[in-house]
Amino acid sequence: MNMPAKQALKRRLKRRKRLDLVMRALSFFAAVFSLVVLAIVLYRVVVQSIGWLNIKFLTGTLSMFPEKAGISGVILGSLLLMVIVIPVTLILGVATAVYLEEYSRRSVLRSVVQTAIANLAGVPSVIFGLLGLTVFSRFLGLGSSILAGGLTLSLLVLPLVVVSSSEAIKAVPLFLRDASYALGATKWTTTWRVVLPTAMPGILTGNILALSRAIGETAPLVVLGIPALILRSPRSLLDDFTALPVQIYYWTLDTVLTPEYAHLAAATILVLLVMMFVLNGSAIVIRRKFARRY
Amino acid sequence: MADKLQNIQIRTEALSLHYGAFQALKEVDLDIPARRITALIGPSGCGKSTFLKTLNRMNDLIEGVRVSGKVLIDGEDIYDPAVDVPLLRKKIGMVFQKPNPFPMTVYDNIAYGPRIHGIRNRRDLDEIVVRSLKDAALWPEVKDRLKTNALDLSGGQQQRLCIARALAVEPEILLLDESTSALDPASTSKIEDLMTQLKARYTIVMVTHNMQQAARISDWTAVFMLGEVIEYNRTGQLFNQPREQQTEAYLTGRFG
Repeated sequence: MNMPAKQALKRRLKRRKRLDLVMRALSFFAAVFSLVVLAIVLYRVVVQSIGWLNIKFLTGTLSMFPEKAGISGVILGSLLLMVIVIPVTLILGVATAVYLEEYSRRSVLRSVVQTAIANLAGVPSVIFGLLGLTVFSRFLGLGSSILAGGLTLSLLVLPLVVVSSSEAIKAVPLFLRDASYALGATKWTTTWRVVLPTAMPGILTGNILALSRAIGETAPLVVLGIPALILRSPRSLLDDFTALPVQIYYWTLDTVLTPEYAHLAAATILVLLVMMFVLNGSAIVIRRKFARRY
Repeated sequence: MADKLQNIQIRTEALSLHYGAFQALKEVDLDIPARRITALIGPSGCGKSTFLKTLNRMNDLIEGVRVSGKVLIDGEDIYDPAVDVPLLRKKIGMVFQKPNPFPMTVYDNIAYGPRIHGIRNRRDLDEIVVRSLKDAALWPEVKDRLKTNALDLSGGQQQRLCIARALAVEPEILLLDESTSALDPASTSKIEDLMTQLKARYTIVMVTHNMQQAARISDWTAVFMLGEVIEYNRTGQLFNQPREQQTEAYLTGRFG
């Protein structure tokens, strides 16, 4: 190789290395940026809730007076929502996924349904709130009860559950199904005894993530007309209720009049965050523990 | 060629199979004897695996497959609409190319078949598991590992587990679809020995790419080419004095 060509190559190499450095720095800052924002939010929330987040706050009931307010009823409201959302989405979502993946034939109709479900996952949650208001609150007369809220949230996250369950079912290798059929199993036996158990870690992971989305939702519940301040804890699934994100929303709104509400909101945010960390953490644990091996 | 065949258990008459527009089997007539090993050989894509899967109707699971002609097993047409397919598959066990144990314990793998066919009694299940593992020559290796996950066994052990699993539902016929091609020579020879023992009680039909294997253990050999059986004879005769030129070309490696 002659000298000028060699030098040109060297220059190009230098430029490429420089570009590599720049891109590396850019992506690093992008990653750091989102972490910093998250850290600022967390810091603010923690600082504001110091002195407010204590046992009395966790076990007490709502009150007109900020110093006396506690969120046991609110936590209970969120937990009862989960009691409805978990079985409804698990049963409906997995059954839908089983139908789509195992029973339905490849057809235009099936791809239309699949596309529709995938798109439903992106529909704004307020719209689901309006749907819930129309169907559950008004038409079925459930008002702004826990049942109405739970069913509305179930509808909201159902597309997520269907999509993630479908993926988990699709990931079960065909040769396991073949092994079952070759032994004389029917489709349902194969689905129930081979496909679903094998897909279960994936299905549960998707379900838990959907659940953590559901309990963080505010808009659909606000649309259902949950009262701004309730002083009583719910006794049954047909009682009115409030949930953590809704309470955070109302307290934040009222901060203008009562500055102490900011601290209550911050403390409630921490409680909600802890619940979500626990849920997401358990999803990760399940995924790790049952890592696919075949 | 089939005149010396006796005790026929499987007979196909003008069996054709289409995948969409592609015809994978062309009017295949084949008589397969009971309690013998019949090997199906031929180049890739010749239809031998497809033929094997018509015998227990595993091809039903593939969309776009059409079958015409007859498959008679013990004189009964298995493509008759009145046939109960799960029951048919219980009678005809299948072992696949790649070992495919369920991600369950060794015990649950074997008990899977009996359980789905209604056996719940623990003692009966125990007995079936032990007997099947012994029949598949796997018992000494796993008798202390019945509760371990089947995926922890070696490849050869997994394949014998799959044979044991197939035996557990008491089939009459065993179909092997290149069942040793993913295994090392030692495991392969174990399974070949096993097959020569099992043929006393089961009709065995095996697809193989390994001609030495066909020559070693089969009694009858059918050569498939482009969806047709071009030659079918006693294995010894077919390998020593092939009648068809194409067979000779394939056997000597000039083809396929």
